[in-house]
Amino acid sequence: MSTAEFESVDVLEAEMTTPAPSMVTELEARNVSVWFGPRKVLEGVNMSFPKHSVTALIGPSGCGKSTFIRTLNRLHELIPGAALAGEILYEGKDIYSRDVDPVHIRLAIGMVFQKPNPFPSMTIRGNVLSGLKLSGMKRSNHDDIVEETLTAAGLWTEVKDRLDRAGGELSGGQQQRLVIARALAVQPHVLLMDEPCSALDPASTLKIEETIRQLSKEVTIVIVTHNMQQAVRVADNTAFFLAAENEPGRVIEQGSTTEIFGNPKDERTLDYVNGRFG
Amino acid sequence: MADTDVQERRNLSASATAHRGDRVFNRTITAAAFSALFVLAGIAIFLGAQTIPVLQTQGLSFLTTTAWDINTDPPTAGIWGMLYGSVVLAVVALVIAVPASLMMSIFMVFLAPKRLASMLTNLIDLMAAIPSVILGLWAFYVLNPTAEVWQQLLNQYLGWIPIFQNTSGNFLGTPFIAGFVLAIMMIPIVTSVTREVLSRTPADLVNASEALGCSMWTMLRYVALPYGRGGIVGGIMLGLGRALGETIAVFFVLKIVFDTNWYNIIESGGGSVATLIVSRFGEISGPYELQLLLAAGFFLFIMTLIVNVIANLIVNRTGRLQK
Repeated sequence: MSTAEFESVDVLEAEMTTPAPSMVTELEARNVSVWFGPRKVLEGVNMSFPKHSVTALIGPSGCGKSTFIRTLNRLHELIPGAALAGEILYEGKDIYSRDVDPVHIRLAIGMVFQKPNPFPSMTIRGNVLSGLKLSGMKRSNHDDIVEETLTAAGLWTEVKDRLDRAGGELSGGQQQRLVIARALAVQPHVLLMDEPCSALDPASTLKIEETIRQLSKEVTIVIVTHNMQQAVRVADNTAFFLAAENEPGRVIEQGSTTEIFGNPKDERTLDYVNGRFG
Repeated sequence: MADTDVQERRNLSASATAHRGDRVFNRTITAAAFSALFVLAGIAIFLGAQTIPVLQTQGLSFLTTTAWDINTDPPTAGIWGMLYGSVVLAVVALVIAVPASLMMSIFMVFLAPKRLASMLTNLIDLMAAIPSVILGLWAFYVLNPTAEVWQQLLNQYLGWIPIFQNTSGNFLGTPFIAGFVLAIMMIPIVTSVTREVLSRTPADLVNASEALGCSMWTMLRYVALPYGRGGIVGGIMLGLGRALGETIAVFFVLKIVFDTNWYNIIESGGGSVATLIVSRFGEISGPYELQLLLAAGFFLFIMTLIVNVIANLIVNRTGRLQK
């Protein structure tokens, strides 16, 4: 049986039993190592992100998760002295090859940061549409885009009567959902989230998680989190990163979330998910 | 609840009960702060007192006409051409200095390697330390012959634009050269303020725009420059204040004429209130002419004040939202 048949059967099954992710690989890291100047911070990462799946990256601080996520949309290269080995394949093509425009990649692979960062001098509406303005992307029906993306980010009902107020006036949790809407307005295929809830209260965190589950029907999500329960709640797959002292970070174990948390093969994973270190 | 109703209310004041040392310190600091106000008021009152008799003899024509004749009785004086000339010089200086300063500071903050950026910062600060008399001498001996050629070229190729007309064939002593010297004096001030402001663009906003697929130009246009607009305008106004009041550097390169040079910036001859004062002061004819010069100074002071008020209005307006 060829792989193509495998895939088609799987897609059919996936459709019957949503929200299971499909088996088509959207984004893939092959043997990725990363440096900051002379310091190697990540070594030999292999990971694939199936289309419309949610992948959680967990591990103690300083193990290279955030650095890894920033290589996936070419933000890492903006740091002076940054270097990388290996390949990141997006829809089968290396995003670091010479003929690829980084702006194109960053539009297709959006990002939400740890600290909510709406543009403070722009209105809520202006923030949502800012990606179109900044990248020069043309899309018609701006009103529809604002409503759609804010709805998808779970913020529409709270702000629909004050779209002309400043983005900075919203609460932290609302701001984070606003920047998710902003990231969605440029229609990314992948959304990277770097500890999106670490600055938020539990109620806002739950709202964001609900948003992530909804979004995963349409976009592929990679989320860095320090919150084990969050990984269990939102992620289909989980990867555990760890860096031994004075060594670059590595992926210790990866697989389906149920496996990583329920039946990890590596003792270090077991210790970490049970909160025994890190 | 009933208890609180009958309780005595005590007004609290930090200053009344403060530590004695603190009280002395607070009063000293407050006095120092007010001393600036006293000096300013003192100058304004002194100049104003000299201005009143001048306005009584010359009338409003002191402001609206251009003349300086001490042989008539009473002498006739009008500083319109000088006031207007000061503004022309400031505009020429702004047009040259603002784009140059913006580009320099953008380079230093967002493009240059760290070591080059800090080297440039030091050099530009050094530029601000050049005494204006040195700059004036340099302009007289070095800039004059060069700028003469630039202006001839401007006239040759862009002469159809009214501001680049020259009928006398004399390209020295022009508002262009004087404005250029002022621009050199403004650049270090505007650049160092702008660099400081731009370097404070919050990193998470820069991150956000990078992640939204934004080029450096759009990041500057929609994020960094709007964020720093208030500070940048403030820096420009600081520089403008220097340009309006600058005396010696302009004295070396501008030919003062008692005639209004409306827009021919590469035609010889222009006006500047500050330079008028210094150029007449040496050969002053008597106490009345001194009064005339002090009155001119008073109106220079008023003009600078108006520029500052406008600057404040612009800076305060920058909180407006972008849709």
